Amino acid sequence: MPLRSLLEWLGSTSPSIALHESLYVYLVVLTVHVLTLCLFAGTTLIVDLRLLGFTLRRVPASEVISRLRPWSVSGFLVMALSGSLLFYASPIDRYDNLFFRTKMLLIVAAGVNAWLFHRTTCRDIADWDRDPVPPRRVRAAGGVALGLWASVILAGRMMPYQLYWFG
Amino acid sequence: MTLLELFQWIQYSPPLVAMRGSPWFFPAIAGIHLLGLGVLGGAVLLVDLRLLGLGLARQPVAVLARDAERWLLAGLALMLPTGVLLFMCFATKYYYLTAFWVKLTALVLVLAFTFLVRRPRIMRDRPDMTPFGARVLGIVSLSLWTTIALGGRLIGLP
Repeated sequence: MPLRSLLEWLGSTSPSIALHESLYVYLVVLTVHVLTLCLFAGTTLIVDLRLLGFTLRRVPASEVISRLRPWSVSGFLVMALSGSLLFYASPIDRYDNLFFRTKMLLIVAAGVNAWLFHRTTCRDIADWDRDPVPPRRVRAAGGVALGLWASVILAGRMMPYQLYWFG
Repeated sequence: MTLLELFQWIQYSPPLVAMRGSPWFFPAIAGIHLLGLGVLGGAVLLVDLRLLGLGLARQPVAVLARDAERWLLAGLALMLPTGVLLFMCFATKYYYLTAFWVKLTALVLVLAFTFLVRRPRIMRDRPDMTPFGARVLGIVSLSLWTTIALGGRLIGLP
């Protein structure tokens, strides 16, 4: 399988081995990845709860979205970068991990959901911006996002247990 | 009974041995603990960013604080019981880790600070905080929570 041999090659490059074998750098990257979850998931949660009409009902939805977006986006970038390094440190282990594959699929799904939201539902935000509880389709987008990101977190946390359960 | 003996007694008590023996118990509890981190992170950041003049800076602090409190309590309700269970599973390991005692101390401090110092100040309709005072409040809160999160990460390493 070409992808597998590509990943085997990736894992044999010396920075990958250095990262994998390092005493501290790997743990620092892992810590950054886990702790940035507060920033990314925390700010995303507030936005999704606003779309669901569960929080900040008197604050316009557009204000919650636009003021928190820089924090969610920077949190996501830090998570993506640290996550890529964690993948690069042991490509084959990650590739063979069922929870990792699930997590990647869930991230793609969350990305598609966010893209669809901005392309369609968010277009007429002026119509529901000040609604304490937004229309059903907006709540649906928020609920789906919330469920997907929670599943991403759970799938990521379960990655170390692959061998334990499916060994 | 010394503290170490107490921790040993907890870890090797029959219910804890049974929980550790289950292949899904520890992962499930750890998963809920991590989800709680997201909820708590959102609730804390919403207010602390505002105290630093960031995030939803156009809204009064009290508007955000009243809303955030529900999610703060929900986050604690997810994290504290699962945290106690995670501790009990491997109590003797944590006994020897400085990071565990640092985390525990910071947790006691942040809970006291959040409910006795921060809460009365951020809930006021007409805030009498100076911008400097608000910054100090936000920075102390964020520093303590970061210490706890770092401690949590460190004690989880093999």
